Amino acid sequence: MERMSRPHVRLLGQGIRYLTTLRGGGSAFPGLVMEKLHPGFVAEELAKLPHGVVVVSGTNGKTTTTKMAVQLLRAQGLKVFTNRTGSNFVRGVAAALLGEMSLTGRLDADIAVLELDEAHAVHFVKQVEPRYALLLNVMRDQLDRFGEIDTTRRMLARIAAATTGTVVLNREDPRIASLAEHVPEGTGIRWFGLSAALRPLFPSDDDMRSAGGPEAGADHEDELAPRPAAAVELSSFEANRVRLLVEGRPVETTVDLYGVYNIYNAAAALALALAVAGPDADRPALLAELSRVTPAFGRGETIEVGGRPLQLLLVKNPAGFRLSLASARPGDYATMITINDEYADGRDVSWLWDVDFHSLREGGVDVVAGTRAWDMALRLDHDEVPVREVVPGLGDALRRFVAGAGDRPMRVFCTYTSMLELRRELSRVAEVAEI
Amino acid sequence: MTERSIHLVQLYPKDMNIYGDWGNTLALKRRLERYGYAVRLSDHDPGDPFPADADLLVGGGGQDSGQFRVQEDLQRIAPELRAMAADGVPLLAICGLYQLLGHEFRTASGEVLPGIGLLDATTAAGPTRLIGNIVLESPEFGTVVGYENHSGLTRLGPGQDPLGRVVKGAGNNGEDGTEGARVHHVVASYLHGSLLPKNPAVADHLIRAAVERRHGSFDAEPLDDTLAERAREAAIARPR
Repeated sequence: MERMSRPHVRLLGQGIRYLTTLRGGGSAFPGLVMEKLHPGFVAEELAKLPHGVVVVSGTNGKTTTTKMAVQLLRAQGLKVFTNRTGSNFVRGVAAALLGEMSLTGRLDADIAVLELDEAHAVHFVKQVEPRYALLLNVMRDQLDRFGEIDTTRRMLARIAAATTGTVVLNREDPRIASLAEHVPEGTGIRWFGLSAALRPLFPSDDDMRSAGGPEAGADHEDELAPRPAAAVELSSFEANRVRLLVEGRPVETTVDLYGVYNIYNAAAALALALAVAGPDADRPALLAELSRVTPAFGRGETIEVGGRPLQLLLVKNPAGFRLSLASARPGDYATMITINDEYADGRDVSWLWDVDFHSLREGGVDVVAGTRAWDMALRLDHDEVPVREVVPGLGDALRRFVAGAGDRPMRVFCTYTSMLELRRELSRVAEVAEI
Repeated sequence: MTERSIHLVQLYPKDMNIYGDWGNTLALKRRLERYGYAVRLSDHDPGDPFPADADLLVGGGGQDSGQFRVQEDLQRIAPELRAMAADGVPLLAICGLYQLLGHEFRTASGEVLPGIGLLDATTAAGPTRLIGNIVLESPEFGTVVGYENHSGLTRLGPGQDPLGRVVKGAGNNGEDGTEGARVHHVVASYLHGSLLPKNPAVADHLIRAAVERRHGSFDAEPLDDTLAERAREAAIARPR
């Protein structure tokens, strides 16, 4: 078959994108069509960007960190293209490109900041060499897709090896820190990190298991090893007041995000923005912009329901769940946990056994829901956490939860597909931002 | 009255604890406590003196790198482990530790990790991972449900009993319909993480063996396993 001319392919793709938007459908399908008709489309378009491509990858925090990085770079006056729907496949990027391009085929941007999951990033960097990579962490997650955590690390090593400008690495995650050896000669390395006082708040997956249970295992043997200087180090925080060491200088700002892990992601985004902006970076503007970032959908997002706040906390893996639990006093909230095991969640729910739920014991859990509601209830029973109701159907569960919450603010810990379904349910009774 | 106690030992929790293996330890501990026993829980990691007074042993899955790290220590304690197993000490071995209880494990890179020959089984890395929900029928324990995720393909010797026959899923090697292995009070399986919480019959077999050996008899009231039963029904109904 003769290959279609480029503008025709693009216009066809844009037409399909418009039609799928009308029926409210999936975000990647038009990109799939583009990929089939014109395989080099994404690489060709992104190669034209004057500041190149940034890839953000890692297990936890990609969406929030990408959103912050985009905002920080825009504050530096850059026009930023991003795949903000979180459809982080190459075809998702293609679909996003089609949406951003004018009908004459011009992509009006200086730089692309793309969230890519590890497996898709490996595929992506074969087609497009990133100028920058921000690699966040390697945790147990979706092992039924990627096999082993060491496999995940190897995927990130391929991203580091393909990056031409600067790789930004998490100094406190041993699997990420060791990626420095894969960074090619001529490519720079920048670090973001934590002060010694904050490191114990982030136990690695290797610290988790010992006779005392998940919490007793932390032995930070690597504390004594010398650490490279970080471009951005998170020194301390109290509520939303955050102290950072930026290139060695202490600064203070506010970050209105939920939980210490999001504040650490803000440090990561700042380190990336400094690397991109270079010596001319407008530092006061970056710090001012940091205090304006808001959570990405489902990542600590708060929705008003009947005059009371309901917070959605996406949980995907043990480390993320542990950090979410530790971010507030559970007794002050009505609590729901929704666990689905659809493909996008990961079919395997074994990871729930690696989360310590003792902090919920005192206040209990109001409702447990989702396709694996009974697994979750069984897990809570093993940590002797009282559960008021087990209601697998999410719509029903949400109504019972809201009705029973009384005056308490509400927190829902939810897996990915259950979060999407809860947002749909909530949009019937509350204002929910479009995603 | 002195409280009756059981010494529960985790084998290699630092290196071999992937896929929620903590759930197995926790299920044993919680059930023993609910049956009225005090539980002393300790860890055996490489280089530690082996706790010869262990009543119940449990060990989990690891990545290849973890298996390399524990392999030498496992050879060191092999004589004691074999003697204890023959003496009726119950042992649960999941995934990586299961492979090392056999004769050998040949990795994808061609290296051969010697096992300790407690089971008549041999494992070699396969071309793809066998991943998904799995259901077995076991002659001793009835329906056993869980999740498997392994690239090692295990073949049992002619006299070696499996844990069960696969109803849904791949099992030891995806071909002969067997899953896991059984000898004395040793239960070995690829079903990770939630094996014991969701399969109380297997947990109680190990507990009974440990308690009878240490205290002479086990006659506790049955526990309410409604949550486990519902979780089993849900798991069986889910896609592979």
